[in-house]
Amino acid sequence: MSTLLTAMTVVLCLAMLVAAFVAVSGKSLPIAILAAGLVSLLASVLFLILASPDVAMTEAAIGSGLTTFLFFFVLGRVRSGEKEDSHHG
Amino acid sequence: MISYLAMATGFLLILIGFYGVLTNRNILRMIVAFTIADSGVNLAIVAIGYMPGRTAPILDATVKAGDAASRFIDPLPQALVLTAIVISVGVTALMLAYAYKLYEKRRSLDIAKFTELKW
Amino acid sequence: MVKRFVALLLLVAVGAMFTTLLVGYGPDLELNLTARYYAEHSAADIGAANIVTAIIATYRGLDTLGEVTVLFLSATILGLVLAQGRRQASRGSSLVPAGELLTTGSRVLAPLIILLGVYVFVNGHLTPGGGFQGGAIIASGMLLLLLADPVKRFSHRLIATVESLAGIFYVAIGLIGLFLAGGFLDNRFLPTGELGALVSAGAIPLIYSLIGLKVGAEFSTMLAKLSETEAL
Repeated sequence: MSTLLTAMTVVLCLAMLVAAFVAVSGKSLPIAILAAGLVSLLASVLFLILASPDVAMTEAAIGSGLTTFLFFFVLGRVRSGEKEDSHHG
Repeated sequence: MISYLAMATGFLLILIGFYGVLTNRNILRMIVAFTIADSGVNLAIVAIGYMPGRTAPILDATVKAGDAASRFIDPLPQALVLTAIVISVGVTALMLAYAYKLYEKRRSLDIAKFTELKW
Repeated sequence: MVKRFVALLLLVAVGAMFTTLLVGYGPDLELNLTARYYAEHSAADIGAANIVTAIIATYRGLDTLGEVTVLFLSATILGLVLAQGRRQASRGSSLVPAGELLTTGSRVLAPLIILLGVYVFVNGHLTPGGGFQGGAIIASGMLLLLLADPVKRFSHRLIATVESLAGIFYVAIGLIGLFLAGGFLDNRFLPTGELGALVSAGAIPLIYSLIGLKVGAEFSTMLAKLSETEAL
């Protein structure tokens, strides 16, 4: 049982790191925002494995839901911000 | 073992978030990187309170009140992280409002263009 | 190039600090003193089955009051920063009306989502959940209504009234605890009841319901204010 949990933890951690890389250095801004939401969602599952159901619920509702919506509201109002140079070098 | 992995992932997420803040020039990308660093901090704090072999701190039919101290993990980091998550979404909303206002003034989201505070 | 190099150097330094923290960490075998006190005494003193709720609402209730204040401040400042004139009437004609599926689906789903949010914060002292989670779920229901009908204006006065009244009653409950029970935000001025019943844990259901309403109203205000800005 605990090897299953350890294997799940390893998979979740690797997926979180890959999603974080995509969010920080991806080319397109909507994909970066969705990748940040994915990091929040995977962190919420990891909180459940760490025996914290309260924190998991809060992170899923607030971190993965409301923050992504806030980003997309503002992104929708700032349509031409993408044309600027978004990555240095 | 699980808490080691979770804590290491939390620290790595903090580092990735800082890297994103330091090297990006688009303001919205910097705010996304702050969000990732926030998730990393919360993960690292919750991983401190985990004890292997024990369960979540909720009294129900399986865990009576008598043996609570020997079957529960530390409930204090969870209370702290709950507060931290809610406040981080408030701060993110405020950062986004300021980004919107900056774009309204200058029509640009490139932080190198805002040079009024430079010497 | 130099900027990249300096950034990487800074990250390596912070990473070295984190590595020393990670190497020196070992999971505890026994609960430390504070956690043991909370685990042993929360059932007898507070009467709440969810120990994290007991910590947030009563043992560290002042932190929760500070957090609610920070949220209130951020929602207010958001409204101040984004203050526009009256939204132009021609704005509505440029939006595509939402499809039939979204409109009908939101009419069916939004009451259920709000009901789930109310359930989560009313049962905060028995099961995982509480005021903040329930408030976020209620705000998601409001968001669904906002997405389905973007032209519809929310009655800001109603939401602001709910938020202000919830905040005032929360502080009033704290003061009642000061006069009738052990201290500020002590929940024992109502009977503690038996462990696991819905009406138990003193004033914690009341406190969490007020926090849930306040947080839900604040998040809804944030979303409504952001959606009423103009496209630039």
